[in-house]
Amino acid sequence: MSKQTILTGIIVEESTEFTLGELSRACGKPAEWILALVEEGVLEPVGEDQTHWQFRGHCLRRVRIVQRLESDLGLNLAGAALALELLEEVETLRNRIAALER
Amino acid sequence: MEYKDYYKIMGLKRDASQDEIKRAHRKLARRYHPDVSKEPNAEAKFKEAGEAYEVLKDPEKRAAYDRLGDNLKAGQEFHPPPNWDSGFEFRGGGFTEADLGGFSDFFAELFGQRGHGAQAAYSTQFNARGQDHHAKVTVDLEAAFHEATRSISLQSPELDARGQMRLTTRTLNVKIPKGIKEGQQIRLAGQGSPGTGQGVKGDLYLEIHFSSHPLYRAEGRDLHMQLPVAPWEAALGATVKAPTPDGAVDLKIPAGSNSGNKLRLKGRGIPGKPAGDIYVTLSVVTPPANSEQAKAIYKEMASKLAFNPRSGMGV
Repeated sequence: MSKQTILTGIIVEESTEFTLGELSRACGKPAEWILALVEEGVLEPVGEDQTHWQFRGHCLRRVRIVQRLESDLGLNLAGAALALELLEEVETLRNRIAALER
Repeated sequence: MEYKDYYKIMGLKRDASQDEIKRAHRKLARRYHPDVSKEPNAEAKFKEAGEAYEVLKDPEKRAAYDRLGDNLKAGQEFHPPPNWDSGFEFRGGGFTEADLGGFSDFFAELFGQRGHGAQAAYSTQFNARGQDHHAKVTVDLEAAFHEATRSISLQSPELDARGQMRLTTRTLNVKIPKGIKEGQQIRLAGQGSPGTGQGVKGDLYLEIHFSSHPLYRAEGRDLHMQLPVAPWEAALGATVKAPTPDGAVDLKIPAGSNSGNKLRLKGRGIPGKPAGDIYVTLSVVTPPANSEQAKAIYKEMASKLAFNPRSGMGV
């Protein structure tokens, strides 16, 4: 590929919805694993049944964090789901502290 | 190539038991995990600990490493002696469980030659289409304002013709979509792994982070900044210039303002629907009393203004 080519991408969080298969492919994990995340309440797809499920774009980031926590720290799904929620809370608090400290 | 002291990295003595090694790694991994820790060098420390553990957890690799000698110091220039690993049998493919891309030259020199076939473990169930790749990249905040094109270098381990792992670097020129927020991902179609057979190439996902900016701190689409103002601007009110990533704007400071007061520049944050705002926190700065005239003005204020900033403290 030439160096001059300019690649244009799309913002996943805003203009993308994933089907079960697409999300599974985007993180390289089997669909069963995604189903377990839905079961755990980490992901909330829209749609009637599995074949029509649509996952919002921001799901990908949550899936990737759970995936890394699982493989790097040996957490199970429930533990990773809890850690994810706590991490999101910590991030909100850190932002608030940063705002107060400036 | 520099010698790496894996024991020191993990905070262990050289006679540590396998259990101690495992515990030390668990602790370091939790402390420095890039998703968990906000320390600036967390990712480097996490990888270093992973590399150390990769060697020390495996009795064969550990024994081979130990034989390199105790008298070597971390950072010291180092070349492995010829046949240093003779007499050691390495089962399997070495680091199949780990991500070679993150390991040091030191590791690759010692154990890297044994990486043949390591990628085989990664074949996915979607074997027709190429694998999707993920990478984190840091861009300047201004890129979110101007649909800027940024050149991004990515490293990835690839197998060469002889089946050896090699780090290859490629540079992509990527247009950063206007209005992107911290932590969002960009999908670049067809920039992942090549497909097998007729399969199309996978996609590349870039997770965008903003480098820290001297003036602004981003929170979603909103920006926060501090604006210094002179005491008379705060007290009497004034229209002053305030910087924004889109250029300077006029900001009206209401009379009777003080340090810590917040003003909002509506719609001047990161573009989008709706665009973010800029929150300006005022910070009153006193002019230095470094001339007779300045001192005289301060003295006049002291004598003529009945002002006790500590009256609320009961003193």
